[in-house]
Amino acid sequence: MTSERIFFNFPVTADSHTLKAYQGRGGYQALENALKTLQPIDVEKEVMASGLRGRGGAGFPTGSKWSFVNKKAPVVYLCCNADEGEPGTFKDRWIFEHNSHQLIEGMILAAYALNVRNAFIYIRGEFDLSFRRLMDAMSEAYKAGYLGENILGSSFSCDIRVMQGGGAYVCGEESSLYTSIEGFKGYPRNKPPFPAVQGLYKAPTVVNNVETLANVPWIMTNGAKAFSAMGTEKHPGTKIFGVSGHVKKPGLYELPLGYPLKKLIFEECGGILNGKELKAVIPGGSSTPILLPQDVETANLDAECLSTYRTMLGSGGVIVIAEGVCMVRLLHTLSRFYAHESCGQCTPCREGSAWMNDIISRIVAGKGVKGDLESLERITKGIMGNTVCALGDAASMPVINFITKFRAEFDYYIEHGRSMNDGRLEI
Amino acid sequence: MSCIEEKFAQLRATYPKELNSSLVMPFLRIMLDEKKSLGESDAVFIANYLGLPAMQVKEALTWYTMFYRHPVGTHVIKVCRNIACSLMGAERIIDHLSQKLGIKPGETTADGRFTLLLVECLASCGTAPVMQIDDTYHEQLTEAKIDQILKGLS
Ligand SMILES: Cc1cc2nc3c(=O)[nH]c(=O)nc-3n(C[C@H](O)[C@H](O)[C@H](O)COP(=O)(O)O)c2cc1C
Ligand code: SF4
Ligand code: FES
Repeated sequence: MTSERIFFNFPVTADSHTLKAYQGRGGYQALENALKTLQPIDVEKEVMASGLRGRGGAGFPTGSKWSFVNKKAPVVYLCCNADEGEPGTFKDRWIFEHNSHQLIEGMILAAYALNVRNAFIYIRGEFDLSFRRLMDAMSEAYKAGYLGENILGSSFSCDIRVMQGGGAYVCGEESSLYTSIEGFKGYPRNKPPFPAVQGLYKAPTVVNNVETLANVPWIMTNGAKAFSAMGTEKHPGTKIFGVSGHVKKPGLYELPLGYPLKKLIFEECGGILNGKELKAVIPGGSSTPILLPQDVETANLDAECLSTYRTMLGSGGVIVIAEGVCMVRLLHTLSRFYAHESCGQCTPCREGSAWMNDIISRIVAGKGVKGDLESLERITKGIMGNTVCALGDAASMPVINFITKFRAEFDYYIEHGRSMNDGRLEI
Repeated sequence: MSCIEEKFAQLRATYPKELNSSLVMPFLRIMLDEKKSLGESDAVFIANYLGLPAMQVKEALTWYTMFYRHPVGTHVIKVCRNIACSLMGAERIIDHLSQKLGIKPGETTADGRFTLLLVECLASCGTAPVMQIDDTYHEQLTEAKIDQILKGLS
């Protein structure tokens, strides 16, 4: 394992986000080189060989995703997923604020590989500084000839358009995202057909996360081998982890995949706030199953290892929970969120997420009854696997995990009508 | 309307014909920035301008939470109530703001200066608790910090 960094490899200063600074760090050389000396398929092959996997949540191999696209189709679209809505996730914002050019260069390289003329960045509607920095970088890139007609004198032309979201979490789901780009309410679509076959405007479409695409220039500059030398064999590279909750030093940490979770929490982040004991960790954004302290002892941050703990790397949003927190009320913050964000299109998710939230709200209000936890379990079973998109599963997983792993706390709350932990969330 | 139409035309000129329908979200946003809240007639105006079914734009307008359909205050305060912020005291922050402004979440002060909204994760979890006033993020909030921020607003 080397300690190379793909993102946090320069000091952030007042102008380190500008084109000039990015060029000074070798920026856009990968693009120049690709347009001069490489065929589109060479870019795809390099990304495939690097083993890069999606950083948005599902961890799908990026090269494979690209290889499914018929590049001879009359139109192919590329959409960058910058909706960053999964609670606990705040990494893409850093890329926009400090190095938008790295994403733009990655997108142009991807567009070249995929034969894309028109690409989109779908950015969260609330983002302000991120959006302004991105727009500044876009105009710099256009002026410098990295975007538009005949890029750097080559025969390749590509435009990127930036679109601001409307405050819907579900629009981070890939089919919801391109439905929104088409100017509709963001109802996810049934798959298949998968976006690679039929996505935006019914054309083959690749949707990739910001961090995924921003890895591409580094891979093209340093080679697939250097990339796959970092991280684990099946999950190579680095990942930006966002740590929040009860640690002494919350924030973003770029680490090789496979990094021990315990080390991240107790060394990098300085341990638990106020010297408290650790109670639980959500490893990859709010919908990933929660880990107990004994799991944290041995779990590593890569897809394969976390799957043996029946959880996921997700978006890399690590949420740390200290002893003393009321897990019933904490689950309520999540059930409320998912009930609110369900798009309403399919019955199991729309009704189920609302029922679950009603039951949990009632328990929190001290009016829980015997059988509530069984009802919750039954509802999650009715949702999982029976919905158009993965939001239904995302809403169910925390419920089933919290009530299984902290059963005694839920039973106590229902029996006594109050929290075992005084209802505390803050410590 | 003329200023809005100018902005519409400017943006439309940069979109090829086949991406016409992709102008719905940006146009709603331009309209919102200009008018602060939107109604059905705005959706119809955009639909006509783009030659799209009015129903499509109306549905979009009513489905996305950021397109306000009721008048909001001069300043809109959005406080995150999701998991990471809750762990760092979001409830305390919400109570303080509520008390300070004399309104409940979802309401606007009588003088029309502030609207207080509760929102889900703002992607700033590492610096929780967090709120956004108009476009600006305010992070690592404390009661004292909030008092100071509010004092600084015109
Ligand atoms: C409800 C829901 C919300 C999602 N939100 C995001 C998001 O905000 N950002 C993101 O990159 N992926 C999000 N995803 C995952 C995307 O559907 C998709 O897997 C990802 O953008 C693919 O990019 P990648 O392969 O580069 O990771 C979400 C998925 C679901 C089901
Ligand atoms: S699972 Fe939920 S969010 Fe996804 S399409 Fe169905 S109702 Fe909408
Ligand atoms: S939970 Fe509040 S910003 Fe993410």
